[in-house]
Amino acid sequence: MSNSMIIGQYIPGDSFVHRLDPRSKIAIIFFFVIIVFFANSVMSYGLLALFAIGSAATSRIPLTYIMKGLKPVWFLVIFTFLLHLIVTKQGEVLVSILGWEIYEEGLIQGAAISLRFFLLIMVTSLLTFTTTPIEITDAIEELLGPLKKVNFPVHELALMMSISLRFIPTLMQETEKISKAQASRGVDFRTGSFKDRVKAVIPLLVPLFVSAFKRAEELAMAMEARGYQGGEGRTKLRELHLGKSDVYLYIMFILLVIGLFLTRS
Amino acid sequence: MGNTQIEFRNVSFRYQEDMPWVLKDVSFTINNNEWVAMIGHNGSGKSTIAKLMNGLLFPQEGEILVDGQQVTASSVWDIRRKVGMVFQNPDNQFVGTTVRDDVAFGMENHGMARDLMLKRITESLEAVGMNGYERHEPHRLSGGQKQRVAIASVLAVSPQYIILDEATAMLDPKGRKEIMETIREVQSARDLSLVTITHDLLEVTQADRVIVMNGGEIWMEGTPRELFRKKEQLIEIGLDTPFVSKLAEELKGAGLPLTREPLNHQELLEELWTFHSTR
Repeated sequence: MSNSMIIGQYIPGDSFVHRLDPRSKIAIIFFFVIIVFFANSVMSYGLLALFAIGSAATSRIPLTYIMKGLKPVWFLVIFTFLLHLIVTKQGEVLVSILGWEIYEEGLIQGAAISLRFFLLIMVTSLLTFTTTPIEITDAIEELLGPLKKVNFPVHELALMMSISLRFIPTLMQETEKISKAQASRGVDFRTGSFKDRVKAVIPLLVPLFVSAFKRAEELAMAMEARGYQGGEGRTKLRELHLGKSDVYLYIMFILLVIGLFLTRS
Repeated sequence: MGNTQIEFRNVSFRYQEDMPWVLKDVSFTINNNEWVAMIGHNGSGKSTIAKLMNGLLFPQEGEILVDGQQVTASSVWDIRRKVGMVFQNPDNQFVGTTVRDDVAFGMENHGMARDLMLKRITESLEAVGMNGYERHEPHRLSGGQKQRVAIASVLAVSPQYIILDEATAMLDPKGRKEIMETIREVQSARDLSLVTITHDLLEVTQADRVIVMNGGEIWMEGTPRELFRKKEQLIEIGLDTPFVSKLAEELKGAGLPLTREPLNHQELLEELWTFHSTR
């Protein structure tokens, strides 16, 4: 049962995108998010879409997974599309439905905004598909490194993230155990009104919290016993390496930016 | 070598001012390369002793010396490098997201170079028989395996002393056996002293020396064999004797002259067959 437990939505693989340094992936996504808002012509959108689809293709993540990742945002995409369609009143009137006029500009803007959404979600979900949570943590620690100078607790933040990741499966197993123990005492989690089911969660949460706090205390003591005294003077086992693939990625991205500004109207 | 020992000098400890003393005027020494078992029922102060050795707690009275160096707030980081500790709960001392990261955790804290870490990870995982599990996450390991990783993590820093604070208490019999075997192998292969804290009398049979704690005081100090002769008194302070000891007692009662106190099945068996063949 627990052997197949996967945290997050990482899909193991050995593609070009998988091999990229997580720092590069995060940095590129950061800049991609910015440049998406500079696109304003069909050609420029085309280039962005080409980049996103190209990345998805080289990651060899099945299309169905990517589509599943988009599922929770469908509503948002459609909602913004309709909002723009209805509210914008510029350009020519295309059609008039039940006395409500749909303008040309509304259609264009709605489509553009939805496309932006799509592209953003696609590249960010590619990050979580191809990068393990711990790699993302390491990358964040490295990328935020300069903030140490202004006393921002970068190391502590990264340690908190990695400990959370380590304890998610443990606490999930514990939740399962407690819910079985409570079910055997007659707590009903499945039937009854919504209110009843919320109430049934309380005998689950209280022991879970108690044990989580106890764990935290013991873990802190074990860490101290093993010589943990903060990030100062600490070395790291896990290392990140910039490779050839990263160079290709940066070249591609710079070309994309140049292309984008040439095709802007 | 000189001062290679842990020494408790008239140590008294209590958690708070108005609370009763947990340890009362305790003095003992743990020598180089020695295996000392510390037993006592719950609340006898044995776990407090473990935390004092490692500088997780400091005594109100008396002093604790590790290799001649007093355990104080300023020396505590040196001490923790020398005195490794394995705790009771296998899950709550696993810091890393994988076996390899967890073994590295202590070394990272001590600022070791990466090359050395990689070498030590391989060595210490081999020492506990967990090589091949480097990339495993903790939830894919059994309790016994997690405790073996915990031992490997301590070994990686190459301490002179390892304290196992009820390290087998939460394991099933199989895991318990695994850990005891691992400990024995590690101790015979390396130059280090062991302190095992337990309330399981079966575990003390392998130790060189036993310290029995009762009510915050040292109740007895001696070899395991000496200990098992005091069956009635042991039961009085809430400790149960192992099955072999009880059986030997019964046999003696039934008129079988056993020459020595058997510590395990093998020894009892030898007693019996030599008795049988000399009769």
